[in-house]
Amino acid sequence: MRDKADYARKGIARGRSCVALQYAGGILLVAPNPSSALHKISEIYDRIGFAAVGRYNEYENLRKAGVTYADITGYQFDRHDVTARGIANWYAQTLGTIFTESPKPFEVEIVVAEVGVSPSDDQIYRITFDGSVTDEPGFVAFGGQADQVSAALKERYSDDMSLSEAFAAALAALSAPGNGERPEFAAAQLEVAILDRARDHRTFRRIRAARLEELLAGARPAPAAEPAEDSSDAAPSGTPPSGTSPSGSAPSGTGPGSSTPPSSGGPSSPSSPSDTEPPTGPAPGGSDRGTGLDGGSPL
Amino acid sequence: MGSYFDGSQPGPFGGDPRASGRGQGASGGTPSGFLGLQTSSFTDFLASHSPGLLPGRVVPAAPPIPGADPDPRAPGQAIRDLPHATTIVAAVCDGGVVLAGDRRATAGNMIAKRDVEKVFRSDEFSGMGYAGTGSVGIEFVRLFQVELEHYEKMEGRSLSLEGKANRLAFMVRGNLAAAMQGLVVVPLFVGYDEDSSQGRIFSYDVAGGPYEEQRFYSIGSGSLFARGALKKLYTDGMSADDAVLACVQALYDAADDDSATGGPDLPRRIFPVVATITADGFRKLPAAEAAQVAEQVIRERLANPDGPPAALRNG
Repeated sequence: MRDKADYARKGIARGRSCVALQYAGGILLVAPNPSSALHKISEIYDRIGFAAVGRYNEYENLRKAGVTYADITGYQFDRHDVTARGIANWYAQTLGTIFTESPKPFEVEIVVAEVGVSPSDDQIYRITFDGSVTDEPGFVAFGGQADQVSAALKERYSDDMSLSEAFAAALAALSAPGNGERPEFAAAQLEVAILDRARDHRTFRRIRAARLEELLAGARPAPAAEPAEDSSDAAPSGTPPSGTSPSGSAPSGTGPGSSTPPSSGGPSSPSSPSDTEPPTGPAPGGSDRGTGLDGGSPL
Repeated sequence: MGSYFDGSQPGPFGGDPRASGRGQGASGGTPSGFLGLQTSSFTDFLASHSPGLLPGRVVPAAPPIPGADPDPRAPGQAIRDLPHATTIVAAVCDGGVVLAGDRRATAGNMIAKRDVEKVFRSDEFSGMGYAGTGSVGIEFVRLFQVELEHYEKMEGRSLSLEGKANRLAFMVRGNLAAAMQGLVVVPLFVGYDEDSSQGRIFSYDVAGGPYEEQRFYSIGSGSLFARGALKKLYTDGMSADDAVLACVQALYDAADDDSATGGPDLPRRIFPVVATITADGFRKLPAAEAAQVAEQVIRERLANPDGPPAALRNG
């Protein structure tokens, strides 16, 4: 057993860590990934996203199984009956069984995130290679260097960040010492996606090309202003990152104004236009993106 | 205790790879059903995993009780008395396609429902309507929506428009046995072809298809009248707004002559469902907008009950 766990841990540690975190408008997923075709971050269902580190063929297999699980559950019951909790449980069962019964454990670590109607309904689950599942309120870093990345993210995370603030925090965390050799990221080395709370039907959107460049430009000045930011970040200690669950009901107390965001030195203010611009993605669309069966009387 | 989810018990999620004729797939002896049952077609997955969830699945009739009088009315009459959806029209317009349907469902000679919706978004760039048995039609729409989305998520790309039309044809043909027993559903599929930047229409019969239609098409009980009206009202390259108006006019004409097609219901504010599919994607007209078009048609018909006359001579 111990050998298996060591083997899996070593396999996972070869890759760089990823992060998933809440922001005011939804959930942001960021992964260092030089490939634009082999995704680490994907859509599972309307409000549920998936991110993984480790061996591609193994987590891709799990992703497809998760999509199938979600689609058949939604088809059999209703689209609202597909939950991140159910999928996380299914992953936990599957990975647990593989870990105990298969000679070779899966070298993967998975995050399943669901965006809710309000921030307090958001859910982020982390499932490790042995099938243990943890509920991570607010943010999670996962992968081989999860501890370092998580510590860096914890410093910068606050409730109700804007997308650009959240992205800057994610980028700073991913650049934490120990997580890969190159601390600087270019757009081509990042895979970024959001679960956009404001959207109907399918909330998953990839952030690519021009929009990603824009976010990167907003986040870059942050390291330069780091010493000042760190002290001011530490000051409003009334917002511990772990206590995020009740924050959705009272978002006003910990707004971007009270805790200085890391990007405040840069051109990207909390009301950056990048937050309101329509996201790029494979399927743009507005409120008409219903299931088609929700309006009127479907016979 | 085992559960559905770890595959130790058969159930809705466990699956049985042996029964499906598939092995455990690339994951190599993993115990969980889904890991071995991965296909980009959701319908194929259902067929091997839970065939009972496919639409139009007909339960074999119970053997007749010896000595009892066979009821000549059953089951044909029971199926005829199920709610049936009626007329759908579609017309290609400049840069897209328009799809519209009336709101009536009939059960035999009765009106079963006045506010049925038979026009649906199937994905971002396509939509479908159906005529025939309502309950099976709803399942068809749901399955087709999941089918397209499932493919998109599994493969990371959308199917081509022809691919979607062909996929629907297989699903219609899968329903053939049920159709022969009376559970007939015929869809009309329209979409915006991103490769050729134009709207396209595909029709089907109970055995499948697809048949690509040019310019405009109509299905359902009032389709003859609607198609006749569109023949006179349609012009090539008409704008989306004009095509919407032409479709609503055609539905009015269908309702005029076919008792199973519902016209605009002013007292109840029930108007045809109209959708446009263009480069901007699928857009169902909001209720107020659809009402405006229908009211315009009614206003004009007050002066001219048979609708706008077509020119007798060309030029």
